[in-house]
Amino acid sequence: MSETLFDIQVLVNGMLRNGRVPARRLLSDFLRHDLQLTGTHVGCEHGVCGACTVLLNGKAVRACLLFAVSVDRQEIVTVEGLKNVDGTLGAVQQAFHECHGLQCGFCTPGFLTTVSAFLDENPHPTEEEAREAIAGNLCRCTGYQNIVKSVMRAAEIRSLAKS
Amino acid sequence: MTTRAFGEPIRRREDPRLVRGEGRYLDDLGQGAYEAAFLRSPHASARILDIDASRAIGLDGLIGIYTYEDLEDRMAEALPLLIPHPNLTAGRTGYPLAKEFVRHVGEAIVMVVAVNRYVAEDAVGLIDVSYEMLPPVVGIDAARKAEHLVHADAPGNVAAHMIQQVGDAPAAIAHAKHKISLDLEIERSASTPLEGRGVYAVWDSDAGEMRLWSSTQTSTGVRAAVAAKLNLPLQKVECTAPDVGGGFGVKIMHPWPEEVLIPWAARILDHDVKWTEDRREHFISSAHERGQLHHVEVGFDDDGRIIGLDVTFFHDNGSYTPYGIIVPIITSTQLLGPYKPGSYRVEFMSLYTNTVIVTPYRGAGRPQGVFVMERTLDAIADYLGLGRDTVRSTNFIQPEEMPYDHHLTFQDGRPLIYDSGNYPASLSMLKEMIGWEEFKEFQSQARAEGRRVGIGMACYVEGTGVGPYEGGFVQVETTGRVNVSTGLTSQGQGHQTAFAQIVAEELGVPIEDVFVTTGDTRRFAYAVGTFASRAAVMSGNAIAMAARSVREKALRIAGDALECDPRDLEIVDGVVQVKGDPSHCIPLKTIAVLSNPLRYAFDESAKAATQFAVGDTSKPPIGEGEEPGLESRDYFSPMQSTFASGMHAAIVETDPETAEIKILRYVVVHDCGRLINPMIVEGQIHGGVAQGVGGALYERMEYDSSGQLLNASFMDFLMPYATEVPFIETGHLETPSPLNPLGIKGAGEAGVIPVSALLASAIENAEGFNIRKMPISPSELWQLRADHKSGLIPSLRVKEIQV
Amino acid sequence: MKPAPFEYVHPTSREGVLAALAESGEDGKVLAGGQSLIPLLSMRLASPKILVDINQVPEFSSLKVTPSHVEIGATVRHEELLNSVEARKAVPLLAQALSYVAHPVIRNRGTCVGSIAHADPSGELTAVLSLLDGVVTVESRRGSREVNGVDFFVGPLESAIKPGEVATRVSFARLPSQMGTSCTEVARRHGDYALVGVCVAILLTDEELVDRARIALFSVGPTPIVIDVSEMLRGSRSDCQRWQDAARFIASSVEPETDIHASAAYRRNLVEVLSNKGLKDAYESALKRMREGQ
Repeated sequence: MSETLFDIQVLVNGMLRNGRVPARRLLSDFLRHDLQLTGTHVGCEHGVCGACTVLLNGKAVRACLLFAVSVDRQEIVTVEGLKNVDGTLGAVQQAFHECHGLQCGFCTPGFLTTVSAFLDENPHPTEEEAREAIAGNLCRCTGYQNIVKSVMRAAEIRSLAKS
Repeated sequence: MTTRAFGEPIRRREDPRLVRGEGRYLDDLGQGAYEAAFLRSPHASARILDIDASRAIGLDGLIGIYTYEDLEDRMAEALPLLIPHPNLTAGRTGYPLAKEFVRHVGEAIVMVVAVNRYVAEDAVGLIDVSYEMLPPVVGIDAARKAEHLVHADAPGNVAAHMIQQVGDAPAAIAHAKHKISLDLEIERSASTPLEGRGVYAVWDSDAGEMRLWSSTQTSTGVRAAVAAKLNLPLQKVECTAPDVGGGFGVKIMHPWPEEVLIPWAARILDHDVKWTEDRREHFISSAHERGQLHHVEVGFDDDGRIIGLDVTFFHDNGSYTPYGIIVPIITSTQLLGPYKPGSYRVEFMSLYTNTVIVTPYRGAGRPQGVFVMERTLDAIADYLGLGRDTVRSTNFIQPEEMPYDHHLTFQDGRPLIYDSGNYPASLSMLKEMIGWEEFKEFQSQARAEGRRVGIGMACYVEGTGVGPYEGGFVQVETTGRVNVSTGLTSQGQGHQTAFAQIVAEELGVPIEDVFVTTGDTRRFAYAVGTFASRAAVMSGNAIAMAARSVREKALRIAGDALECDPRDLEIVDGVVQVKGDPSHCIPLKTIAVLSNPLRYAFDESAKAATQFAVGDTSKPPIGEGEEPGLESRDYFSPMQSTFASGMHAAIVETDPETAEIKILRYVVVHDCGRLINPMIVEGQIHGGVAQGVGGALYERMEYDSSGQLLNASFMDFLMPYATEVPFIETGHLETPSPLNPLGIKGAGEAGVIPVSALLASAIENAEGFNIRKMPISPSELWQLRADHKSGLIPSLRVKEIQV
Repeated sequence: MKPAPFEYVHPTSREGVLAALAESGEDGKVLAGGQSLIPLLSMRLASPKILVDINQVPEFSSLKVTPSHVEIGATVRHEELLNSVEARKAVPLLAQALSYVAHPVIRNRGTCVGSIAHADPSGELTAVLSLLDGVVTVESRRGSREVNGVDFFVGPLESAIKPGEVATRVSFARLPSQMGTSCTEVARRHGDYALVGVCVAILLTDEELVDRARIALFSVGPTPIVIDVSEMLRGSRSDCQRWQDAARFIASSVEPETDIHASAAYRRNLVEVLSNKGLKDAYESALKRMREGQ
């Protein structure tokens, strides 16, 4: 007996994508395996590590705690969607590169989307606010210090771009 | 003008790809592959009576169900015992799928292959296994009591028993002016990288070839093990480590059952098969480390100089010993740190328990050894009323005593001889950075305000760059592109950048032209792996040597072409030129063309190497002992490890009411010889310290008495977030290594090694009583306070807290 | 860790939801934020046959602050409530408690009503409901009923909601201007479940003396524990011995358990320490509200 499949349509990184998925298909798996957007990573599948964080209608959410069917007709941005229109690295991506904010890179996509959404709401954070903003994502490589630096640098890059 | 590359904080070549989400980690590969899931033992110790898969048969999307009965030939044999040792008298390994007994919760019993992981897990849920429950052995105490055995043929649950000694420590202690004894414990923890293990196999049945990817720290190791188990010629197996999301030791262990089962299944099914573990699987079926119980007897004089040190410890090695006894051997030898006790005796028993296997986790036994030594020194300081820094200074090996021979055997089977290091200078720098002398006043003020603050320090020495060897391959293509490869692997250490820096510097080429491959047996087949802080030392030097060979050949060919002495030539920005006369030059890429005499010109530039273009007919196109191409392959195989060192200091504050522990300041002084990329080294230190803080204050594996792992998830295994890790201030010292051409020492594990020792020291200083077991939680600290108040544990002897 | 198969419906109206739940009965489970439910499904600790996704019912997302109440619909997210200035003015304890709930990313999706319905005794909002006697509207095809906070929690992870029913709204009465509240907890890591947590509400007289004081404790029992210490504190200000006695009394009234994160004795100690702090903070908060004429 096979599972019922649902037709869904999701706007992902600005492109309309179609899917045919069982209800239990996690959004993380839908993105990675149905849409081949493997930038979103899976570290725990219980919502704690944050590696799977994507933006749903502009808000950061855990893709492993959502079913693909629940985001039908909604808008998702993944790490692949954070670059500039001209293809160059987006502010947050650039900042992480400059400040050595990644080592193995596995947790990084989750940080990038989280930080991106955070800076949308809080464009000029203090260092303490920056550290608190990333305090829901696990990293095993960096000890977070350079990630905090990256957040501050990203804010700076965005600021400069505006002026 | 070539900019300097070696020693520069050059931004990483790895980054752009990774920040774009274009990394290729194991689960990103093999999108069309079948996927595997495993039925794993829910019991810590049991005999398998029956496996009934009838309810699973016919499940839509199911491909196959496999048990031990299906394994044949070498697959039915036990998994390899990787590092044999004469003292490992009762080494035991498991089978790829449990044969008759299961010895820990999580041991694989049945493999299910299906069209995707969802279906595979559904099938696992429909398989019924019946067991005869056996009494489990959990914890060192139970293992020692040996009322029950983990392996019927390993009496006393003893896998190994080993003694190393220099001089007669017991006698020295008996005659020493002062002596004390301590009992110290470190609890079990684990590497826990963000990406778990994974294996992806592609079987080419026409060619009879296995193409394998594994999220591993040793692709050459996995390749060899798979070839052996599947009875394939080594030539017919290739293994690549893709992007790997962290290893920290757990991925050096190989072959995991899954690493042989997945390719085996791919061959049987003649279809790609993939397995990516989930987080629970990682907790219950990969590897743990750290759990040890130590007893120390130490004799010392009035100055706190150690006359004799006698350590006995028990190491919990879990249910099997595939990695041998490397961890306790490292504890035994690295315990000595930067000190020279008059005489030393260390004895350990490595014990079986019905828990997950124990294999190295960043630090690999050093954190335990350092904990023992540093707590002992603090205890000596307290006993004598001396400064903790003073006692350490007194026991230091002095710079002029280098090289210092401890007369012991290290984990690489070679003599433990420190090559270089300046411990007094490190201590000086550390004290200044943390404000050691000034702290006493701050502490008095804080006390007057009702606050509890404390300061601590801890020192370590780390043997890095263990052998047997690593290799490097450097090749200049006719386009000017420089290919570099080495066989060991990468999990975020920035090898593609650091190794490119070495070549850019040695060869005089722009770093943008240098491309590094690691961990691919197709590109470099002889290697050991990435562990023990060895990659920069081993592969870095091998690559440097290969680059130097290429340089030498290039200058020789250029000398011929330019009709001058190679000694008058230099390479700047990829162009060979006469020193002082840059117009007289020839690009490296042209030399690459000339180095390979051709019959066929494949492009314009290649014409220069064709037979009618090259003039000299007085000698053969390829000379005696030479090879075509501007490339070289070299190996670095040192006589022994090179010893890095470091010291950490911290100021902590404990809440008088809640006993919560906060780190106010954290300082690292670090010596790993010359730095290839200071930014990368510092990043490694930060990461190590964060793991150390996790291991000191948050992380432990909670097994209950029936062998169930109670906290097999990130909800209850507490890895620190950014809010739990302090800001880390780093100071560097460089005592170059005399043991390799680049003068470098390893850095990968440094940050984690002394943290438990350090924080115990600082908390002790804040509280006024001994801290002998780590990790420590607020609840446990609060209980110790209560015990201290009620007289159950004594105060530090020194009432006036000495800094 | 993938969930077992389930049937899935996503009605777009209240009636649709109620019909789906009526049909599925014991086999049905409501999916709102999913932040607590989905991990359980992925770990296969729960495998409901039918999942009723209520996220597409527009009226469930309503957050209303009226002159008398804060009314929170079934799919109002934690973060939305936390950011609502009006809700904070009316019932400050909601924002105070929500700031401790997990992390912003979880709060972006998790729902208040869902948290309350989940009935986790370590949950901050379960304590808030109990303390302030919020009212939960529980609906089914048979009709609608209101359950008071004090009757809502039956046991750990067990609420008064029956199969076929769904909590569609929780309502809190606007706090009197002379009432102040606080929420404080100790957790192992930032954002973790509390080892011990307290929510406090204190009502002052015109003379700024205590009239009523109640405290709700979470993570110390199978359900939140509410203790009324009005008698002990009536007529006093926060700087007197009676307050410490009250904290000690509260600590002696609970029977916390030992688990892998903390011992029972330590938890009891935390109850006393946090009660002390919580009471004082609530008192300060009441003073502030009174003086600012909120």
